[in-house]
Amino acid sequence: MELDRDMLLYLYKTMTTIRHFEERGIPETGQRGMSGSVHSSAGQEAVPTGICAHLTNDDYIGSTHRGHGHCIAKGVDPKLMMAELFGRATGPNKGKGGSMHIADMSKGMLGTNGVVAASVPLAVGAGLTSKLQNLGRVAVAFFGDGGANQGILHECMNLASVWKLPVIFCCENNGYAESTPVEYALSTARVADRAAGYDMPGIHIDGMDVFDVFEAAGEAVRRARAGEGPSLLECRTYRYYGHTVFDNPLSYRTQEEQDYWRGRDPLKLFRERVADGGLVSIEELDRLDDEARELMEDAISFADESPLPEPLEIYDDVYVDYPVDMMRRGINLEV
Amino acid sequence: MTTAMTPTTSRELRYREAINEAIRQEMERDETVIIMGEEIAGGAGREHLGIVDAWGGPFRTTVGLIQQFGNQRVLDTPLSEAAFVGTAIGAASTGMRAVAELMFVDFVGVCMDQLLNNAAKMRYMFGGQVKVPFTMLTRIGAGFGSAAQHSESFYSIFSHIPGLKGVVPSDPYTAKGLLIAAIRDDDPVVYFEHKGLYGDLGPVPEEPYAIPLGKARTVRSGTDITLVGISRMTWVCTEAAEELAKNGVNAEVVDLLSVSPIDYDLIIDSVRRTHRLVVVDEDTPVCSLASDICARVAEEAFDYLDAPPSRVTAPHTPVPYSRPLENIYVPNAARVVGTVERLVGR
Repeated sequence: MELDRDMLLYLYKTMTTIRHFEERGIPETGQRGMSGSVHSSAGQEAVPTGICAHLTNDDYIGSTHRGHGHCIAKGVDPKLMMAELFGRATGPNKGKGGSMHIADMSKGMLGTNGVVAASVPLAVGAGLTSKLQNLGRVAVAFFGDGGANQGILHECMNLASVWKLPVIFCCENNGYAESTPVEYALSTARVADRAAGYDMPGIHIDGMDVFDVFEAAGEAVRRARAGEGPSLLECRTYRYYGHTVFDNPLSYRTQEEQDYWRGRDPLKLFRERVADGGLVSIEELDRLDDEARELMEDAISFADESPLPEPLEIYDDVYVDYPVDMMRRGINLEV
Repeated sequence: MTTAMTPTTSRELRYREAINEAIRQEMERDETVIIMGEEIAGGAGREHLGIVDAWGGPFRTTVGLIQQFGNQRVLDTPLSEAAFVGTAIGAASTGMRAVAELMFVDFVGVCMDQLLNNAAKMRYMFGGQVKVPFTMLTRIGAGFGSAAQHSESFYSIFSHIPGLKGVVPSDPYTAKGLLIAAIRDDDPVVYFEHKGLYGDLGPVPEEPYAIPLGKARTVRSGTDITLVGISRMTWVCTEAAEELAKNGVNAEVVDLLSVSPIDYDLIIDSVRRTHRLVVVDEDTPVCSLASDICARVAEEAFDYLDAPPSRVTAPHTPVPYSRPLENIYVPNAARVVGTVERLVGR
């Protein structure tokens, strides 16, 4: 697979931006007392990066509770994301969503989602809209190995296949549903094996290798845009940290295993792969790391300087149109 | 266009025909309107055998739509409520005006997550970035020997969820006007069809019209007590009111029409004049719409009350099968009359 220089730089820049967002943003969020529901995707950067490199702002993705990487890869501004994590009014969700609900409709980002596999039908619905209106858009439904066992996913894979919708079901198999190992919870050897039940291609991918992801996603997106129907991609990856910041992953997995996967770090693999190609230099990649580092400092400052929501904004945006009196009636929040 | 709460036409349709006409007219008006569900046409995918619209919907509310609009806008689905309800919500979030039919409200358990965590919350969680013009049609009502899993009336579950709206049409006129309003609305609306009303005939204007969401109507004026009816219970209330009139009790009857927003103002205005309230609700009583309306009236009109706000509801049981059991499950006029007579001291 031949990638041009611009694409190589784009892939690395996206991955290092995600890595730096997770490494800086999550502890900073914790220091502001909002750490409870923040999930790091560090280690998994190659998956959203390789998939979303094929998408435009008109295409849609549905994401998971571990969705910062999806947001960044889909073009959501990390400064606005940081503000959302800090609960600021300048976040894309005006501080109403936080880490588990970051959405940016202008980027086709249908939201990170706090219920496992719950965003899958939203992506299928976006695919249906595209098909019915002949828009040529595709929709990617991201879910994890935990989500692979949710009924909604299976209903959606069947429906998308029956209706030949332009959808890519992308499983980020990081080996653990919270602390439960995938080999315990999955009846098949691989999530991709399940595609056979829905008459769609099921591809198992090295999710630490952005080139592998990029190549497989390219074919799935081509298929979807050509009206040939959905695909299931299983990207085998690894999360470096616990389910949240509160659990110790060494209570359910070994140091040796962690070391193995750290040795297959997606940014490191990328550097090794391009080092001899001559298209980009290691110095350029170092510079992209530095830029990502600086971007996070700017994002933290932006978020800290942003206003918090006014308390009575609690009533805003529940509905497009509803008598506000009905929400406030008999409930005096201002006392 | 919004319109009056009562019709001024002589053309008559049945309740089920009024529903069908509302969907048809909205699909004609707006090509982004789509409808999906189980058996809404029936015999799907057999056009090559000359089979189209084999069922026309389980209660024939969607009959004829697929011939007019084709199988890309009238979508028979696999038996996958979670997937198609969620897909309709996703389509509604991305440019369609999506209608999905859940065959019976009892089945909501299998797709509740999509209603509760996506449809109801997306706009709020996303800081107002998205509109979800999604209508879920579903069916309520006991009395047909369908037992516990095909007979519930639990609209109160949906009233309880911020982000959802809900309507309970009680006759052909409100069936059409509220469905047009629901489809045109930019928020998710649950539309409850009562199975006991499908055959009812009533005046329905031919042209499209929308009855505003969140507004109740007074269907009988009175001075001695306010009876609030929900869906078919409105007609149980009017039947009771006729009976009460024979004994000199003049009951006012309010037809709720919307279960979210709830038109508390119209109810409280009525109670301030009649000084008594009975809510008649086919749903079960605990944490119910009937309880909520009584609580609201107690809070806001306590000084006007001459008797405790009261409820006539189904019992706190599942819907039973055998005739004598089901007969006492559904509130009837005799129970309403008995309750009212106790409250007015006769």
